[in-house]
Amino acid sequence: MIRFILIQNRAGKTRLAKWYMQFDDDEKQKLIEEVHAVVTVRDAKHTNFVEFRSFKIIYRRYAGLYFCICVDVTDNNLAYLEAIHNFVEVLNEYFHNVCELDLVFNFYKVYTVVDEMFLAGEIRETSQTKVLKQLLMLQSLD
Amino acid sequence: MPAVSKGDGMRGLAVFISDIRNCKSKEAEIKRINKELANIRSKFKGDKALDGYSKKKYVCKLLFIFLLGHDIDFGHMEAVNLLSSNKYTEKQIGYLFISVLVNSNSELIRLINNAIKNDLASRNPTFMCLALHCIANVGSREMAEAFAGEIPRILVAGDTMDSVKQSAALCLLRLYKTSPDLVLMGEWTSRVVHLLNDQHMGVVTAAISLITCLSQKNPDEFKTCVSLAVSRLSRIVSSASTDLQDYTYYFVPAPWLSCKLLRLLQCYPPPEDGAVKGRLVECLETILNKAQEPPKSKKVQHSNAKNAILFEAISLIIHYDSEPNLLVRACNQLGQFLQHRETNLRYLALESMCTLASSEFSHEAVKTHIETVINALKTERDVSVRQRAADLLYAMCDRSNAKQIVAEMLSYLETADYSIREEMVLKVAILAEKYAVDYSWYVDTILNLIRIAGDYVSEEVWYRVIQIVINRDDVQGYAAKTVFEALQAPACHENMVKVGGYILGEFGNLIAGDPRSSPLIQFNLLHSKFHLCSVPTRALLLSAYIKFINLFPETKPTIQEVLRSDSQIRNSDVELQQRAVEYLKLSSIASTDVLATVLEEMPPFPERESSILAKLKKKKGPGAVSVSELEDGKREGGELNGGGERVTDASAIAASNASTPSPSADLLGLRSAAPVGSAAPSAGSLLVDVFSEAGPVAPSSGVTDDNFLSDLEPATEPSDTLLVEAPTESDSTPSSSSLGSEDPAPPLPESDELLNKFVCKNNGVLFENQLLQIGIKSEYRQNLGRMYLFYGNKTSVQFVSFTTALNVQTKPVEPLVEGGAQVQQVINIECLSDFIEAPLLNIKFRYGGALQNITLKLPVTINKFFQPTEMASQDFFQRWKQLSLPQQEAQKIFKANNAMDTEVLKAKLLGLGTALLENVDPNPENFVCAGVIQTKAQQVGCLLRLEPNAQAQMYRLTLRSSKDTVSKRLCELLAQQF
Repeated sequence: MIRFILIQNRAGKTRLAKWYMQFDDDEKQKLIEEVHAVVTVRDAKHTNFVEFRSFKIIYRRYAGLYFCICVDVTDNNLAYLEAIHNFVEVLNEYFHNVCELDLVFNFYKVYTVVDEMFLAGEIRETSQTKVLKQLLMLQSLD
Repeated sequence: MPAVSKGDGMRGLAVFISDIRNCKSKEAEIKRINKELANIRSKFKGDKALDGYSKKKYVCKLLFIFLLGHDIDFGHMEAVNLLSSNKYTEKQIGYLFISVLVNSNSELIRLINNAIKNDLASRNPTFMCLALHCIANVGSREMAEAFAGEIPRILVAGDTMDSVKQSAALCLLRLYKTSPDLVLMGEWTSRVVHLLNDQHMGVVTAAISLITCLSQKNPDEFKTCVSLAVSRLSRIVSSASTDLQDYTYYFVPAPWLSCKLLRLLQCYPPPEDGAVKGRLVECLETILNKAQEPPKSKKVQHSNAKNAILFEAISLIIHYDSEPNLLVRACNQLGQFLQHRETNLRYLALESMCTLASSEFSHEAVKTHIETVINALKTERDVSVRQRAADLLYAMCDRSNAKQIVAEMLSYLETADYSIREEMVLKVAILAEKYAVDYSWYVDTILNLIRIAGDYVSEEVWYRVIQIVINRDDVQGYAAKTVFEALQAPACHENMVKVGGYILGEFGNLIAGDPRSSPLIQFNLLHSKFHLCSVPTRALLLSAYIKFINLFPETKPTIQEVLRSDSQIRNSDVELQQRAVEYLKLSSIASTDVLATVLEEMPPFPERESSILAKLKKKKGPGAVSVSELEDGKREGGELNGGGERVTDASAIAASNASTPSPSADLLGLRSAAPVGSAAPSAGSLLVDVFSEAGPVAPSSGVTDDNFLSDLEPATEPSDTLLVEAPTESDSTPSSSSLGSEDPAPPLPESDELLNKFVCKNNGVLFENQLLQIGIKSEYRQNLGRMYLFYGNKTSVQFVSFTTALNVQTKPVEPLVEGGAQVQQVINIECLSDFIEAPLLNIKFRYGGALQNITLKLPVTINKFFQPTEMASQDFFQRWKQLSLPQQEAQKIFKANNAMDTEVLKAKLLGLGTALLENVDPNPENFVCAGVIQTKAQQVGCLLRLEPNAQAQMYRLTLRSSKDTVSKRLCELLAQQF
């Protein structure tokens, strides 16, 4: 299962942190820093997977942003790697060419996107069409 | 500011975020935040009621401030108020604030639960989803208590919207994980399983995660999911790349769902139904075929999605481990990936192949890729890939390729990353030992290991090489020669000095004939390293020196000179000073004979599991080294130590007087004084453990680890004790001849019952009558055991002609037992193969002229040689099914003899020696245990299941093991215990 999802920029600023298990605030901060430290030193020749404590991080870099998913060691690496990409394509569509600032100013909407696609540490919905339809419907509500 | 330009946000929030971003310093940011917090506080406290929009905006600002890393101590109530708004955007911010900020034991939970309850009942799918997401995100016990009953109903109701079903399924999963006791699936089970058939693929995708988790915990109740999963998978796999429309990802139909389906199937053994199995095998073949087809897109997303399914399919094939054809195909496919230009694929192929290497069907196929893997070890840029290559080499190693693999790993070590060196060292050491055919190769390898990566060579590794050299006389000369040569290097690792000191101290004489390594040259070589070494190594070297005096009398003056020097005899370190003083004294006053006896060559070490393996296992964390690997290691490693003399006997149990294996130690008369407690080995240290057999080590000695003569030291008056007990050893007469012709009595009628008392415990009173009490303390490890028998004379009169005899070989005890006194006898036990009958212990003595003749069963039962095995539920049931031959199982149904108290049962099962496995049996009332019986001849894996029926006061006990006699015997023994 997914233990947490992090979106960080290269400077280590967190653009999204979604936790699927209980950590206290100090522990969360430590995890954020550790993930940044292990992920940013890697280059394109490296794999998209890093062992991390007793888990592993599956990550992918898009421009200046690192999208990281922490999962159990027995989980399927490629499935989560593509789950990241699927998520990024949805964000891109939803924000029309998403950029880092969209995630900053609309942080509360990003959580909605996450909850549509991932819930309780599992993949909830994978169809981009279905997710976007739902998001547009929610957007129209007030 | 893109968000504002989109015109759908909260303007005030966007302005605030911009302000924060424009702050030039941390101080400015804090100032701006404090200003905002003051503003929000005054709004919330103000008399004017805030409208929903403002409330939403301020709560959202607070959330933003919190996410920046600042504490928020107000606003919770306003957030909770937002929950009851009927506007989606307000409700959403309220729920978000609560999901992020409210910890699960907040006092607000009651209010929140109330709002959730309303939303769940609202029949508005958007609100229902928000509420379900909140439960899934917070997942507290209070929420489970409030909603665990309601959510399954929502999940299976016919009129629930698909998106709500998806959320409900995963929400339930979260609650099941936090509070499994509150989520009762019972009546819903079948309807939940049938969600696998749902038309909506999203519902299946979400529900299958729930079903997988529930199946892991309750495989039997959910086993109908197997055929449903297979047919769903088959429909996806055989669909054209565009059939599934929304669920096709880069021309791959439903990749995530396929992976989840294959993962669910890994909770179960292969389907028993032939048709289902055939269909599944067809799916797996199709997936393997597709890997060979030309890609439908050049995009990496396409190949990743396709390969995600492929790797999951291979995992399933490995999990089944029963289709040789598929296993070999999987291996070939992975072999192709080993050379793929994508680093990810090379990494995953190495990882996956590691598990294939342990299957008997694919081991050989894996081995064909050895050159590629070695190349990966040398050339991969990513250390984690090299690590996987090293793991795979370790996994594919066997006798045929051990030399090549060990050589490659050694040369890799020279440049290996620091982070993985220690593990590499352990692996090399294990492989070298496990597959050593000639021991000179083994010695070379370990010495190379010390030379190349001395800092990473843990004590276990060098202890082990010494053990092996001591136990194998064919390699001792070579070891002495090699270590002598290694010490010639100007810079030597300290571990090399330790090994050198130990080996030359024991076997330097074997190379002393060569003038180039004459005794004095050997000594000077060792002593030239002395000053560069730490205290423990120096202590070891001092012991080597005293051994030299014994081996080579001509070195005595030189060595005494060294010992006498101020830097030794007045060394500020107590340990070194004490050794110098004692060794000097010993060398001056003891006669040559005494010296030769005291400093005799080390006796062979008892055979045992390599502690290196244990260390690797610990390093890799539980579960990383599979039980089978461990067993394998022992089986193969065992051959190494077979060289020692060992008391054997026709009976399966060999018993000997404890003094036999280490005569020199017993000379000091310490054994009889050895309290049982002191014999407990300190974890991980082989040598200490060996010494403890020889008596307690002086508490003052701080370097027992390296101190191979430490058992000499506690004797404060060495010259006295040296002489005390030696004669008793030689002139003791066999018991039966001194006693006359009386035959041993037949076993007492109660001897079986007495035996049964000790099945689940090791210490206690074995026997008692008016005259005599016999106490027992015993301890077991692997196939070895040691038993202390205490014979207490309860009378005030001497017992004369006191003898004891086992129906296996034994040595006598003191023939006199004074009134009120106790004598002790130590029996070393080795289990050669499994057995049924316990050894008989016959005790005879004269009490006031009358001959007493008692025969008891020595409480040694097969379960004493259990080694507990921890395993997960899945493994347990897999093994359980593997042991399904009728003769492998023994079962008894019997009435409870004692109260059916769970804690007592647990204690007994633990006392049995097995691992008590929690959360394995779907029925929490039942107990399941696993363990391996260690005998010299073989290891017998055993699984146990005890099902109490409190109403009937009955138990059903089932034993399965790979050996029918063992299952039967254990069943008989255990049926008496409950």
